[in-house]
Amino acid sequence: MIIPRVPVQHRSLLPDRRLSGPTPWVIAILMLLTLLAAAAGVGLARSANAIGDAIAGRVTVQIVTANPEMRAEQAAALLDRAAAQPYVRSARAVGRDELLATLGQWFGSAEGDDPVLESLPLPALVDIDLAGPDRADQMRALRALVAEEAPGARIIPHAEWLGPVARLIRSLAWVAGAMVVLMTLASAAIVIMTARAALGTHYATIEMLHLIGATDRQITRLFQRRIAIDTAYGIALGTAVAAAILLLIGWQWSGVTAGLAATASLGTAGWALLLALPLLAIALAALTARQTLLAALKKIL
Amino acid sequence: MSGSTPRSGGAMVEFDGVGLRYGPDAEVLRDISFNLQPGSFYFLTGPSGAGKTSLLKMLYLAQRPSRGIVRLFGEDLGHMPRHRLPGFRRRIGVVFQDFRLIPHLTARDNIALPLRVAGVSEEDLAGPVGEMLSWIGLSERADARPATLSGGEQQRVAIARAVIARPQLLVADEPTGNVDPDMAMRLLGLFEALNRLGTTVVVATHDIHLISRIENVQMMRLEKGRLADPTGALRYPPNRS
Repeated sequence: MIIPRVPVQHRSLLPDRRLSGPTPWVIAILMLLTLLAAAAGVGLARSANAIGDAIAGRVTVQIVTANPEMRAEQAAALLDRAAAQPYVRSARAVGRDELLATLGQWFGSAEGDDPVLESLPLPALVDIDLAGPDRADQMRALRALVAEEAPGARIIPHAEWLGPVARLIRSLAWVAGAMVVLMTLASAAIVIMTARAALGTHYATIEMLHLIGATDRQITRLFQRRIAIDTAYGIALGTAVAAAILLLIGWQWSGVTAGLAATASLGTAGWALLLALPLLAIALAALTARQTLLAALKKIL
Repeated sequence: MSGSTPRSGGAMVEFDGVGLRYGPDAEVLRDISFNLQPGSFYFLTGPSGAGKTSLLKMLYLAQRPSRGIVRLFGEDLGHMPRHRLPGFRRRIGVVFQDFRLIPHLTARDNIALPLRVAGVSEEDLAGPVGEMLSWIGLSERADARPATLSGGEQQRVAIARAVIARPQLLVADEPTGNVDPDMAMRLLGLFEALNRLGTTVVVATHDIHLISRIENVQMMRLEKGRLADPTGALRYPPNRS
């Protein structure tokens, strides 16, 4: 049992000084940081996975033939041929309006109606999503196809330029995970120190309990209960503050729909993990306290 | 005294060639051999530093011997596994010079402690605790905390705590050291009453006057870690039939 049942009269063997020591407050801070790090880790990992999935089989063919009509013909021919290939899941031509709208953001013209922009010779772009896992063969076949339909066109695998970003995000997720582990270890260390301090503070009581025939189990349950309850207060406080912060961030995040930020979310499993963490923390604290107390009591006859 | 085998028939406590040392230091007790008979009353005397408290610690199972054999209630405690010790401790009552009451508990709760630890229900322990408070004359102060009690009152609470579970062996370490002579005599009267009920009593004390007030007691004298028993009464006690 996480918080052991102790008869009411036995509980009074330890003076009632709940929340008076630093432990619940330190645990609250650690729990808050652990939950925020875990949320960041889950969000970043999901973002990295989403980006990875999106870019893994996507290429853009950039047709830069100088003659605009020939460029359009090559793009149309490539689109038709590519769509018919078994290794292509989907193919689509990026329209000129879409290109102008994207470039317009850089030219300071939201609508893409800048005269300078209108005069630019824009390449024709064809986005192709490859199907199946055999990327090397597929790329070889695609290159051959592009060479036939649009000689001189460049094939740009998205993984080449978005891959480092995905790897960076994944690394950050690992860092967040490592922070969760470190803060869990720090919490366990706090509980160990608390248990040892409690034994030191109440040594006279423990010695007397031993002398009148109390078992290690009885004494351990007494202290384990107190430490688990104190820790649970801290964990509840840290969780409440973390939940408020995450909900606020989530509310602000919901307004972000563009770019990489849009891929970050916690998902059901992420929320379940965050909800499980406080319970796991209480269980860890109780178990750590129990083992520390039993080990310490064994040193006393 | 050392080297021979103590007579063990019916003895409650047997020490045979017992030595005790703390860490690497020299032995504080050497070649201690004696038997304590059920229902007897013993005084343990000796100068400060002679090893009285160390000997008592072994009696109330706070310390294992470094060598030799200690048998309590017929069982060798030297090699007894730790988890069996609480059962034996519940058969021993201990009284300290400094009382060692739990400061945040009332007199009633301090006295009830051994019964609660033994798992006695609240309904079942109310009667014995009330009787014990009455026996030590502190019924009116049942809800007082130790800090508000006088030294004599605290010692009476400590004695009540030591005997409420009806121990077979009562060990008292300088129980009258912090009380006035009148209170010392009253406390001694409590020990005598217990002894008449069949409890074996061992009292360590410096107080020669105290010893002279009790009849039929046996003396154990420790000097420089060795037990003096010139009459042989400890090793070969008279039959108390």
